[in-house]
Amino acid sequence: MPLKAKIGGAIFGLFILIAIIGPALAPYDPSATTGQTQALAPNVHHLLGTTSTGQDVLSQLLVGLRSTVVLGLMTGVIATVLAVLVGVTAGFLGGVADEGLSLVANVFLVLPALPLLIVVLGYLRTGSLLPVAIVLSVLGWAWGARVIRAQTLTLRNRDYVLAARETGERTWRIIAFEILPNEVSLIAASFVSTVLYAVLTSVALAFIGLASFSGWSLGTMLYWATGQEAVQLGAWWWYVPPGLSVALLGMSLVLLNFGLDEIGNPRLRDGGRRKIKGARWRASDPTPVIRGLL
Amino acid sequence: MSTPEQTAVGTAPVTEEAAATALPVLEIRDFSISFATESGNVKAVRNVDLSLAPGEIVGLAGESGSGKSTLALGACRLLRPPAVITGGSVVYRGRRVAPGGVEILELTPHELRALRWREIAIVFQSAMNALNPVLRVEAQLGDVIDAHLDLRREEKRERLDSLLDMVGIPRARLRSYPHELSGGMRQRIMIAMALATNPEVVIMDEPTTALDVVVQREILAEVAELQKELKFAVLFITHDLSLLLEIADRIAMLYGGQMVETGTAEQIHHGTAHPYTRGLLNSFPSVRGPRRQLAGIPGSPPDPRDMPPGCPFGPRCRFARPECSTVDMQLLPAEVDEPQHLTACPFVKVGETEPAPAAATASHGEVL
Amino acid sequence: MPFLVRRLGFYVVAAWAAVTVNFFIPRAMPGNAVDTMMAKFPNLQAQARRALQAEFGVGHQGSLLHQYWVYLGNLVHLNLGTSVSLYPDKVTSVLASTVPWTLALVGTATIISFALGTLLGILAAWRRGGWLDQSLPAFTFLQATPYFFLALVVIQFFAVDLHAFPISGGYSLGLQPGWNWSFIGSAIDHALLPALTIIATSMAGWMLQMRNVTITTIGEDYVLAAQAKGLSSRRVIFTYAARNAILPNIAGFALAIGFVVAGALVMEIVFSYPGVGFTLYNAVQANDYPLTQGIFLVISFAVLFACMIADLVYVLADPRTRTRQAY
Repeated sequence: MPLKAKIGGAIFGLFILIAIIGPALAPYDPSATTGQTQALAPNVHHLLGTTSTGQDVLSQLLVGLRSTVVLGLMTGVIATVLAVLVGVTAGFLGGVADEGLSLVANVFLVLPALPLLIVVLGYLRTGSLLPVAIVLSVLGWAWGARVIRAQTLTLRNRDYVLAARETGERTWRIIAFEILPNEVSLIAASFVSTVLYAVLTSVALAFIGLASFSGWSLGTMLYWATGQEAVQLGAWWWYVPPGLSVALLGMSLVLLNFGLDEIGNPRLRDGGRRKIKGARWRASDPTPVIRGLL
Repeated sequence: MSTPEQTAVGTAPVTEEAAATALPVLEIRDFSISFATESGNVKAVRNVDLSLAPGEIVGLAGESGSGKSTLALGACRLLRPPAVITGGSVVYRGRRVAPGGVEILELTPHELRALRWREIAIVFQSAMNALNPVLRVEAQLGDVIDAHLDLRREEKRERLDSLLDMVGIPRARLRSYPHELSGGMRQRIMIAMALATNPEVVIMDEPTTALDVVVQREILAEVAELQKELKFAVLFITHDLSLLLEIADRIAMLYGGQMVETGTAEQIHHGTAHPYTRGLLNSFPSVRGPRRQLAGIPGSPPDPRDMPPGCPFGPRCRFARPECSTVDMQLLPAEVDEPQHLTACPFVKVGETEPAPAAATASHGEVL
Repeated sequence: MPFLVRRLGFYVVAAWAAVTVNFFIPRAMPGNAVDTMMAKFPNLQAQARRALQAEFGVGHQGSLLHQYWVYLGNLVHLNLGTSVSLYPDKVTSVLASTVPWTLALVGTATIISFALGTLLGILAAWRRGGWLDQSLPAFTFLQATPYFFLALVVIQFFAVDLHAFPISGGYSLGLQPGWNWSFIGSAIDHALLPALTIIATSMAGWMLQMRNVTITTIGEDYVLAAQAKGLSSRRVIFTYAARNAILPNIAGFALAIGFVVAGALVMEIVFSYPGVGFTLYNAVQANDYPLTQGIFLVISFAVLFACMIADLVYVLADPRTRTRQAY
């Protein structure tokens, strides 16, 4: 597996680990306030400092990561399942079914997601993650479906699929055993992209206050931080850790995606190995002459 | 359409002596190319000698993966990293360059750009992939004229028109895009493009492999006509040896990145020396002549990463013997009084009969 | 040009979908939309109440289909109703005063990031192993960073610490909007930080996309043929490689628009920039349904319009679409 995928996967794995055991490691109850009125910088008692009401930032981070990661994964699963269902059906069946499904997908693709989310979630305050995941999925499955449909269309005309159809193999078997295995990396990439979209979007929504405040998430941390003027107060420990976590989480997903890209398209690999004997080589340069190279 | 045996084209230079004494227009000596991959350096082409006389048609034959395209593209320094030229010389002696020729391996990128196409042009295998899909034909033919020739607008227009006439395509097609042309037309455009600046050497890399047989014949006949008229040298790369026997003056056989036999078409056809060439010739039937059992060559081409020592053909050769793994692959004369016929196998004589195959039955029509 | 005709048909359907979704939003929300609004703004007169009821189908306003018809009719006459939170301003006038701000900010920022990103992507693909390639991880990080986080950091650093730029707003308080230099100067001053933040994050995305496609394109035979022809590097890079590599990017522009809009909206909220996003946010908080609907409609149509333009550009750029049906 290419290096990028490994690094991305490792970081993402780390986040999942924290999501699982984080809350157990939290030293304090993230919502517990003390009497103080000022945010405290990182110290021995609070490794990441406190908020302006005395809540422990580290605990909030550990608990909040879980809900953000879980929401991302949930949305990823639902949206990818939807995308695969629609994409493979449209690509495989072709004809009217394809036209219809493609139209639906394209319409969803073009409707601006965030404004609609702001509107829907703004009026539909809910406590649990699942409804949010569902709404995010409904607006996010279209891209993956389009990509998978395109790939299915290509595969459908490959020799081995045609052969399977000729021999009368049943449709579901063809899809399950001939087509899907060849789309695994595509489906994986689509999943990763959806998780990224879900994480960034949910954090954005929480940040502007359109999320449930019964639990903690990275986005709500940022919401409170800005609401309490953390920036103006210089309380960087309050908003940098959640923001940085989101950035790192996002970056790990992007790297994973690149890695998956490189698996499918070998030309993209070893971007740095364009140095032969120390000299950098560009695509437009003539073939180098290095005599005596064994 | 003439039968294969009658199309004996390719009588290029004026006299035989002139061909023998004129300095080659392209001379490749001891040429080696390696690929610097993650798993080590892989030698794709080893110590190859190949030369092209002015106006001569030389065929370069070999299987897929034998290194023919690598050799030709490498000689023009068109290979991309991780390819590296590790040794040898490529000298070009066209009429327009300095007397004594230029060493291509030592040119600066600027000089190389001036030399490319103007002197040595390439006709690529798949015209659909080799033509820019978003440019019109006139733009693609035109930009190479702009890059090398200094023509006024009317002169350039005339040249474009005459190029299309030359390959038998209606002039209106100048305004077309590549995807609007048929396969045969696209290949003709490629040929016209190659000849646009009057090069002295045209490298044709499997130019007709992607086309059906009828179109193939037409295009080859046209190329032969053009070659007779404009007198450019041709390096014709293909895996189809039977084709070369008809059109080429000389043929060079490449196996596992190394040259195994060179000679005139006549010598190769009737005085085949190297066992590999023999195997190839035995793999296709002739239109006339008695029926015979096709033999083919058992086994598969060698993996460049894992070459056997000595002669790369050893593992598949019927004449193989222990000394084959230490032979140095130098090209030596195959027959007396025939200086142009060279072979890398010092053991097998021309006309020597094959030993009986060790396996029970010969493999019919083994695909190469 | 069957391709364009099909796309046009698609846009008509998409527009209809946007309009219909818009129609159902207040009707699908829990509770009585009108009562919620009236509760927030007890100063509204009875007339307003009746108008709102008519608009949102509360009470006996006729069948759903009838309401839908009335709604469509209103749209065609560009009657988007009256804002509740900014009473008595009409929705259209609110839009008229906020849309230009967003257009100026988002429009310029998007064009700049697309141009810069694409150019850098081409360069990165051409000079593999160069410094651009080495800084890929940095660009990846930028692409993954949430817009607003970067905005917070930027505000902290430039505005609060260095006092180099204003923290929020569209223009300095006390200035009158108008075409005079002090106002425009102030507007630009206020727009710089948001614009820079948008450019920094979205440029990275364009660059990475373009780089990947260009690398694949460089491997194509026609680029090799261009080099074999002895053409100048510039022609090979731009007319042969980039010209083909940019096509998928133009096609992907439609998808990217969604993200650009999203980012811009959040950015406006962070910077309290008086654009469409900020207004939408306030409208939602205030349960101002007419304004919310109006803004959502405008955003949807703007996105559709941008996609249409992208499609048109694609048809012009790729001659193969003029004969083939497949996209």
